[in-house]
Parts: sequence; C-alpha cells; structure tokens
Amino acid sequence: MPFIPDFFGQALNGLAYGVLLFLLSVGLTLIFGMLDVVNLAHGSFYMLGVYAGLTLIAATGSFWVALLLAPLAVGLVGALVERGLLRPLYRRPTLDQVLLTFGLIYLFEDLVKWIWGGRIRSIPPPALFAGSVTLGDATLPSYRLFVIAFGLVMALALWLLIEKTRLGAIIRAGVFDAEMAAGLGINTDRMFTGVFAFGAALGGLSGVIAGPIQSAYPSVGVTILIPALIVVVVGGLGSLKGSLVGSLIIGQAETFGKAWLPGVSMLMIYVVMALIVLLRPQGLFGRQLK
Amino acid sequence: MRLRALGFVVVVAAVAAFPAAFGVYPVKLLQEILIWGVFAMSLDFLMGYGGMVSFGHSAFFGIGAYVAAFALQGSPGALAGLAAPALAAAAAALVIGFFSIRVSGVYFIMLTLAFSQMFFAYAFQAAWLGAEDGIVGVPRVVVLGLDTAQPTAFHLYLVGLVTLAALVLWRAVRSPFGHVLRGIHENEARMEAVGYPVSRYKLLAFVVAGTVAGVAGALYTQFNGSISPDAFFWTTSGEALLMVIIGGTGTLGGAMLGSAAFILLQSLVSSYTERWMLILGATFILFVLFAPGGLVGALRGRVGLHA
Amino acid sequence: MSPLLAVERLTKSFAALKALNGVSLAVEPRERRALIGPNGAGKTTLFNLITGHLAPNGGRVLLEGEPLTGLAPHAVARRGISRSFQRTSLFPRLDVGENLRLAAAADGRGSWNLFGSVARLAAPRARARAVAEQVGLAERLAEPAGRLSYGEQRQLELGVALATAPRLLLLDEPTAGMSPEETQHMTRLLAALPREITLLIIEHDMDVVFSLADRITVLHYGEVLSEGAPDAVKADPRVYEVYLGTGDEG
Repeated sequence: MPFIPDFFGQALNGLAYGVLLFLLSVGLTLIFGMLDVVNLAHGSFYMLGVYAGLTLIAATGSFWVALLLAPLAVGLVGALVERGLLRPLYRRPTLDQVLLTFGLIYLFEDLVKWIWGGRIRSIPPPALFAGSVTLGDATLPSYRLFVIAFGLVMALALWLLIEKTRLGAIIRAGVFDAEMAAGLGINTDRMFTGVFAFGAALGGLSGVIAGPIQSAYPSVGVTILIPALIVVVVGGLGSLKGSLVGSLIIGQAETFGKAWLPGVSMLMIYVVMALIVLLRPQGLFGRQLK
Repeated sequence: MRLRALGFVVVVAAVAAFPAAFGVYPVKLLQEILIWGVFAMSLDFLMGYGGMVSFGHSAFFGIGAYVAAFALQGSPGALAGLAAPALAAAAAALVIGFFSIRVSGVYFIMLTLAFSQMFFAYAFQAAWLGAEDGIVGVPRVVVLGLDTAQPTAFHLYLVGLVTLAALVLWRAVRSPFGHVLRGIHENEARMEAVGYPVSRYKLLAFVVAGTVAGVAGALYTQFNGSISPDAFFWTTSGEALLMVIIGGTGTLGGAMLGSAAFILLQSLVSSYTERWMLILGATFILFVLFAPGGLVGALRGRVGLHA
Repeated sequence: MSPLLAVERLTKSFAALKALNGVSLAVEPRERRALIGPNGAGKTTLFNLITGHLAPNGGRVLLEGEPLTGLAPHAVARRGISRSFQRTSLFPRLDVGENLRLAAAADGRGSWNLFGSVARLAAPRARARAVAEQVGLAERLAEPAGRLSYGEQRQLELGVALATAPRLLLLDEPTAGMSPEETQHMTRLLAALPREITLLIIEHDMDVVFSLADRITVLHYGEVLSEGAPDAVKADPRVYEVYLGTGDEG
C-alpha cells in the first residue's frame, strides 16, 4: 500500500487512512453514545459502501454519482436494520443488541458474496484524480490528496451540523442522554433510526472513498471494524471531536507502525486500547458513562 | 436425574463408537463438533452462568493451541499435549481476567477483545511462531501408552477429554461455587452487600473457563495438525458465542448443540447451497429476537423436559 | 457501655453538593435507632458510607471501636453489618429459598468448592428455612423471587439481610410503598426480631418509627438536627418546624 517509502509520503498515507477511519468511526461513536450499543456490524456498512459504489460506477460510469448514492443506499439499509431488528430489543439488555449486530456480520458478508462474488475488487479512482502530483521531489497519487481534502471538508461539515444546527442539537441531546431527550419531547424513535442510518451512511461513504485505495473483499468488515473501534475507545463515546483526533492518531500510528515497527506496532495499539478502557473509559473527549 | 445420567452415558458411548459405523469424513465432522463444543461450553460457563460476555475467549483457545503445537514438536507426551497448554491458558486467564473483571458490559467486551487481538497481532508477525502461516506438522500426543497418531486411539482420547471437560463444567455449575456464580449473575451488587468478595469469584470462573478453552485449543491443534493466528482473531470468539446462543445460553449442553448446528451448517448445507453463512446469521438473529432460550429452550418447550 | 456503631464527624460531598456535613452518632448494642429526616437529608448516603459503598471525604465509622472506613462492602458485611435496600434488590430468577441460602452462606468457606454439592452444606439451608419462617415466607420457598407480590418481596428483602446473621441491621425504608396492612405486618415482624440484632432504621412512616424506636436521630441537610428518646424528639420545636409539622409522611 505505501506508495513512497519516505516520511512525507507515509504521513500522507496515514492522513488518508485517518480520513477513512474518521468517517467510519463517527457513525460508530454516535450509535454507541446514543444507544449504548457497539455496532459490531459497522464494518459491514463500510463493506456495503464499497460494493454499492462498485455497482453504481459500473452502472453510471461516474465515481461522483457513486459517491453520492452509495452512502444513501447504505443509510437505508441501516434504517431498516434499526427499525426492524434492533428496535424490538430496546427493552432487553443492551448486550442482546450487541450480540444481534454480530449476527448481522454473517448476514451481510454472505449477501455480498452472493451478489458480487468473493473475488477481491477495487474501485477505480475518478478520472479527475487518477494521476499523480509532484510536490518538491515527492510524487504523490492525487487521489490520496483528494481524500485528505475531502476528509477536511466532511469534518467541517459534520462539525457545523452537530454544533450549529437544530438537528445537531437534537443529536447531541440524544447522545448525551436519550431518556432526557425523550422527556424534552424529542421523538426518540425517529432520532434513533435517523442517527443509526446516518452512521451507516457515513460508514458506506468511508467504503466508497476507500475503494480506490484499499482492496475490497466480503470479509473486510470484520477487519476494518477493529481500528474503528480503537478510534472510538481512544477518542471517546459519542464525541465527534474524539473521532477526529482519534482517527488522526490511530491512522498515523498504524501507517507508521506498519512501515517502521511491523512487529509490535499493532500489539502496542491494542495495549493502548486496553489501557484506556481500564484507566480512562471515557477516552479523550467522551462523557463519563452513567 | 438417573435417567439423564443414563442418557449421558448412552450418548458418550455412541459418540465413542461412531468411527465403527461411519467413514472418515463424518468422523472428522463429529470430532470438530466435539472440540468446538467444549470451547463453546467453556464460554457458556463464563457468560451463561457468570454473566460475563467475553469477546476474548479465543485468546485461551489460541494459547492452548500454540503451546501444544510448539511443545509437541519437542516431545509428544501428555505434558506437552495437555498439561502445558492447560497451564498456559490458566495463567493467561489469571492475568487477563484480573484486569478484565474490573469492567463490565460493553467495556468488558471491548477489553477482552483487545486482549485477544494482542495475541493475534503478536502471533501474526512472530517468526518463531510461524507468523502468518502458523505452525504446521504438529504430531499427535502419546499418552498412557496410547499413540493417538492411530485414528481410533485419537478418537477415544478426544472423546475422553471432552467428556471429562464437560463433566468438570457440569459439576462446577452445580457446586456451591456455581451457585455463588449464578447469584452474581442475578444481582452482583447484592452479593457484594451480603458479604461475597465478588471479584474473586469472577476471577476463578474466568480461569476455569479459560483453562477449558485452552484444552479445546490443544485438542484442535492435534486434530488439525496445524494452527494459525486466526485462532486468536476476535471472530473466533464470536463463533463460539454464536454456538452458545443458538444452542441455549446457560445450559452447557446447548453449547454442544450449537456447535453441531454451526459445523453441520457449514459443511453439509454448503454442499446444497453456498449460503450457509447467510442461514447461520439469519438463524442466530432469529434466535436472539424470538427464542432467547436457544435450541435447548425450544426442545424443553416441545418435549416438556425439566431443567 | 461502648457503642456498637460509632459515626464520627462524617462528611461527604458530591461535587458542589455537601450531602453530609460532620455527622456524628453512636448506636448502643441492642438499641433500636430510627433515622428520620426530609428527603435529601443524607440518610441513605449515611448508610452507603457505613456499608462501604461510598468513601467519606472526612470523618470515620467504627464498629465496636474498630474502623470500618475504607473497607469494601463485602468486608463490612463480613464484620457483621447487614443492610436492606429501599429499592428491592433480590435475585429474581432464583427461588426464595435460594435467595436466603445465598445470603446465609456468604460467610462460609464452602462456597469455593467447585465439585461438591450444595445440598451437603446443611447450615445455610437450615438458616434459610429459619429466616423464611421469621419473615413469613415459609410457604413460598420454591417460588422465584421475581414472581412474589411487592409486599412479599419486601419481606424477602428483609430476610436476605437477616440471613447473614448480622449484629447490626441497617434497614432503608422497610415499609416503602406498602399498604397500611402490609406496614403493620412488617412492623410486627421487626418488633419480633431478637434484641441481639441492633437496628438502625431509615423510615418516613412516623407510626412505624414511634412503635419501634428506642431513640431517634433527625437529619436535616446533612447535619444532625436533633437526637433523643421519641417523646423528646417529638416535642423538639426545631424538628416540628422542619419535619413533623408537615403532617403525614411516606
């Protein structure tokens, strides 16, 4: 995966990977914060995004159409999952819901295998960013630069949405304390479905963006979930800022780790995850769990 | 009670005699069911009776497997094939459990998951453990004069160990310790308030479960002849979880049923349709939604058997 | 006679809120002490500090002269202090007998036995049956706790605390949510308890308080407002002003 073996190139790779993790982990952390559920199938939304993107590109020839529509499709799937499968379980312990999401992994993985086959696939980058750019004496694929820029734009857009809009205030209220939000007259049913679908859509978006950089295969969901989970733990439950900071940290840690200390880097990242759960479970920016 | 004991003996005898009537492939399926079944049973002990839902149980399975694989290449005795893996798994469970029981619920899931991933990450890149490919060419153990390289001997060895492990867990569940564990599962705070040092009990339960999982891992290595880092991956824990829930949480026997369901689905169904994972996932979800008692719960309802 | 329980200048704050501000009290052996006060006065917080569920910011708790502060709840229970909860805390899927047996077995070493049989531990089972008689649940031993009526659950709640054979029993609103008949029944039950068990009862129902208590301590905003024999406290104008003058409580 590393395009150039030098520091600058690695840093950019790390940033691009961080963007993917950011988009994926925002949904995971919002769902976690609001529903107290670790959506173990969240990686599946990423996976569905890649494959939906593949189909849309094949059908329309346009990467940009896929970028717009694939997340919507995945968001719809998320809404159906929440309404149809998770909602019946809300009166049961949240652990039951977490377990149900684990079953979804198998469901989605096989559905993808059925519809698209099991081969490794990738999405071609859009024509606009298919080439490379020379900065100084480094040659970088322009798509990665696009990803980084896109990530910045998305981070800003999400920040504006969550912090500056009424809808965002509702989401923040729900993530902070869903019961209280219900007491304030907010329709929590629709809020839960909406946030779950939103999170799923962001996961799907992450998949489409990742398509040209990372190869896609039906079981990628269970692999990509782990770094996203680490980001949520490090950044903190329900925290957008936490997702951003966490994914930047983990993105660089993983990328440089693989290049410089291939042996122990992942191991150390897991140790950090464990230490945070033990010593500071709310992560960097999350709220204290009641 | 007498009837159930008799039924158990009959089942064990039938399982032991299985190779006499069936060919190599069915026997392999049965052996795989038994191994995963005992792994799932140890997880059921932890979550169904102790209330600790762990996504890191594969750590002990993997440790048992790797220690056995490594040790058996040196000497094929019972120390290498059984005692060492069990002790290693127990030691790991003691350390991991010590930290893990400080948290609960979703955090317990994430912490145990992190621990097993640590082992995965290490094993994946450790050259002395075979890295990505793991350890191959693992010989079978020679125990009590029996050379389990011989198929019948191995089968009896396997059935014997699995039966022993099942009996140990079954006994533990009914013991005074098991009753305390169930009390903790029902209301941990009240158990603490009446005077039980709850965390010490949870730790012991964790160690017992981890040790049995290690034995399952050791058996698996010998069954397969090899072991790879996948044994540590978090989805391996998840599969055991699937088996426990499909079979019926908190029943012990259900875990074995769940293992049978999983493995038969995987191997038999896949000769008719490739969609075994879809069926498995859908079945699991349906069980979580509508039949929380699993297969055992459904059977009890139908046939009216007592707890 | 040295007190069984001594609370010395106990202070507890939650962020900006001072729940207890230098509370001191002493309960003699065989005494029946009622702890009353308006909601938020700090009564349950005091219980939580005694049993080790909370750590104080200042002061200490002594049982027969030995400090309890800093001990974990299970260690405090092992010293002979048992507690019932305002919000019923039972083992719902286990039957009444098992609820009581678990509490009765909490001090034994037999509980670490991984292979034995519960049936062979005779003492806890016998104690469970005796306590069931005491709290009026002898007929319901096989019933899952979750299926009992509210009043029966409160009886079991008391039973679980009794089954540990405590020297000091802390009761947090034992008659909470009960009908007048159930309240009378519970009061008779409590009155019939042997004097060897010292009682410290949080209650809102003044009838219960006056029929059971030897002495009353009144808490208000985290401080001891008044303390003494029931008649003295009843006559104390400060107490009247703050609490008793408001009419029916509970």
